[in-house]
Amino acid sequence: MTATAVHTDRLGPLLHRITGDEKHAPSAHSTLDVLWVLYDRVLRITPETVDAPDRDRFLLSKGHGPAAYYAVLAAKGFFPESWLDDLAGWDSPLGHHPDRVTVPGVEVGTGSLGHGLGLGVGMALGLRAQGFARTRVFVLVGDAELDEGSNHEAIAYAAATCLPITAIVIDNQSSTHGWPGGIAARFPGWDVAIVDGRDRNKLERVLSPRHDRPNLVVATVERKGS
Amino acid sequence: MRETFVAATTALLDEDPRTALVLADISAEAFAPARRRHPDRVLNVGIREQLMTGVAGGLALTGLRPYVHSYAPFAVDRAYEQLKLDLGHQDAGAVVVTIGGSYDGSAEGYTHQSPGDVALLGTLDGWTVHVPGHHDEVPAMLREAARHDDRVYVRLSVQENSQAYPDGGRLRVLRRGGPLVVAVGPMLDPVLEATAGLDVTVAYTNTPRPLDADGLRALTEGEVVMVEPYLAGTSAAAVSSALEGRPHRVTHLGVGRTEIRRYGSWQDHARAHGLDAAGLRKSIVDFLG
Repeated sequence: MTATAVHTDRLGPLLHRITGDEKHAPSAHSTLDVLWVLYDRVLRITPETVDAPDRDRFLLSKGHGPAAYYAVLAAKGFFPESWLDDLAGWDSPLGHHPDRVTVPGVEVGTGSLGHGLGLGVGMALGLRAQGFARTRVFVLVGDAELDEGSNHEAIAYAAATCLPITAIVIDNQSSTHGWPGGIAARFPGWDVAIVDGRDRNKLERVLSPRHDRPNLVVATVERKGS
Repeated sequence: MRETFVAATTALLDEDPRTALVLADISAEAFAPARRRHPDRVLNVGIREQLMTGVAGGLALTGLRPYVHSYAPFAVDRAYEQLKLDLGHQDAGAVVVTIGGSYDGSAEGYTHQSPGDVALLGTLDGWTVHVPGHHDEVPAMLREAARHDDRVYVRLSVQENSQAYPDGGRLRVLRRGGPLVVAVGPMLDPVLEATAGLDVTVAYTNTPRPLDADGLRALTEGEVVMVEPYLAGTSAAAVSSALEGRPHRVTHLGVGRTEIRRYGSWQDHARAHGLDAAGLRKSIVDFLG
């Protein structure tokens, strides 16, 4: 059995330790496989390198329902698994929306929708200005989160300036009015891949290669509420 | 002040590789030489103020020191949640430099005016607010801000005093007498004219946040007149807190809440809001009795 499989099997029990945010369970679990593939196979970041200036950056813009995020970070040793047992408690660093100031490994505090891509664009620009050419920036966005206009500011600017940044949109069809033409139509000028958000090997295949321009990965999962 | 800001920030970008500038088209032409020299650190995101502030947060999180610039109604009013979340909540900082506060954009109309910018920032934690009264006060503020990572607001205006006080952070006494009149930034000249011949103390500051509470307590005998170039009462909580437990009487003069649907010059609007020398004198005399 590979080390990867061992860790993967542990995610289920870790997720079950997180209670109290059931309202957001569908959005939490929709991200599980993407997050695992990122932290297990793609990102150059470990608990030892959380402050390294050239570490890869992962920004969870879709800050609601972070159970899968917390489970993956705990499984990877960014913080003790025992933290999962007191979600949003008075003494808990883990809230229903993650806070970068209290949770090791969390790059941005999010919750209010539509902030991650703008911050990610700024990080990509800041890393480039400092010569960190190897460092990659990934931002995870929900499909309904694309309804926020601030995302469109970031999407258009990244395309116009050929900024290397990867946006991953979890598509569980949760946007109230949907997106005529599909999500990819909202990202003109970006490289696009649409994959099964539950197929870890395919996710790895689209997330691993470097792009020298903006890159969109639409990870399709089961419809919210289904 | 805008020209001084462009020159000082251009020099900072040349000297300090940690500094960066984010624009949303406003003043982009003036910064073209800086952008040619530092294309990776002088960024124009187009007419996208939410992104401008988000980018500043991202730059700061990688260790750079971002300067952000636009009209106050766009940089503060429009992008308020980005200031709150992409900077404050991330524990990140930036230097936000605005033009077009209050009625500087008198001919443009209310869409280009922001009398409430300092009040909005007053709802957020940790902002230092500079309101220079003269363009020679601007460079020191910008240079000092490059040396740390805190959140700084610099409010540039077209109205200026005849004399600069580059050390105007603390309350600086310009005239000694009876009740205290505090003039913030460009309100100093009209206040000095308004109080000519009156038995008052006139103090000046170009840094209303944090308000010099020690100075205010030391200079206040019982009556205070606050004269600010933005929304009247913006500093009411700060003054009240500084004088807590002491008997005092205070009046807050500034821009009124009611939109004045007229164009004209900033001088016309100053008069309409009672912030010209004659209007101020009347309010101050009425208050002091």
